[in-house]
Amino acid sequence: MTTPTIRVQPTDFDLQAEISALTAGRTNIGAVVTFTGLCRDEQGALSALELEHYPGMAEAEMRRIGELAIERFSLIGLTAIHRFGKIMPGENIVLVIAAAPHRQAAFDGANFVMDFLKTSAPFWKKEHAADGSQGDWIAAKDADDTARDKWR
Amino acid sequence: MTVKLVYFAWVRERIGKSEEDLDLPASVVTVKDLLAHLTTLGEEYENALQFPDVIRVAINQEHAEHDEPIAGAREIGIFPPMTGG
Repeated sequence: MTTPTIRVQPTDFDLQAEISALTAGRTNIGAVVTFTGLCRDEQGALSALELEHYPGMAEAEMRRIGELAIERFSLIGLTAIHRFGKIMPGENIVLVIAAAPHRQAAFDGANFVMDFLKTSAPFWKKEHAADGSQGDWIAAKDADDTARDKWR
Repeated sequence: MTVKLVYFAWVRERIGKSEEDLDLPASVVTVKDLLAHLTTLGEEYENALQFPDVIRVAINQEHAEHDEPIAGAREIGIFPPMTGG
């Protein structure tokens, strides 16, 4: 039984180290798909993002989503890491690594985890504007709900 | 019933605190009742919760629908739609 590796942390992550940790010593993995979400500067308008989260529930919800993905796509490895706190443009926000015997399950698994993570994991982004003013909370997008609902 | 309420993002900012313990009257049965009750506690609550349909709620750190009963809740989280990822 595969159990997901879930972390919620203020610090950055190392993509290669996380892939290695997932695959080290294993010979049954035929496909590894990774997704990394980064902070954009929105054409220079944004100086940072502030990521707020619900401690405890954020981990629990990511774990629940990870277990659903493992079950649905028969993944044999899954890592999901989400940062919180102040994140500058160009920095990493989120990482998903899905491992499976074949590529389609790994692609689908990573995609599924991201679609549910965006709409169900309790994180909120606030923009800090480049002119120093405190910006707004980012509004949830209908497109994200649509992306999630395609898995029903 | 006393319950710990925790607020996040703009709900937290508008209410002006991140958490509080609240004594709830017996008439508050569902999540919807709770949101309606909170708006009677002051302008800041009214401002935060004026559009209850967009507000998301978690009971004991699990997502809950607005028609769900809150009986047995130790902690109720109240927050806007999530924007992580």
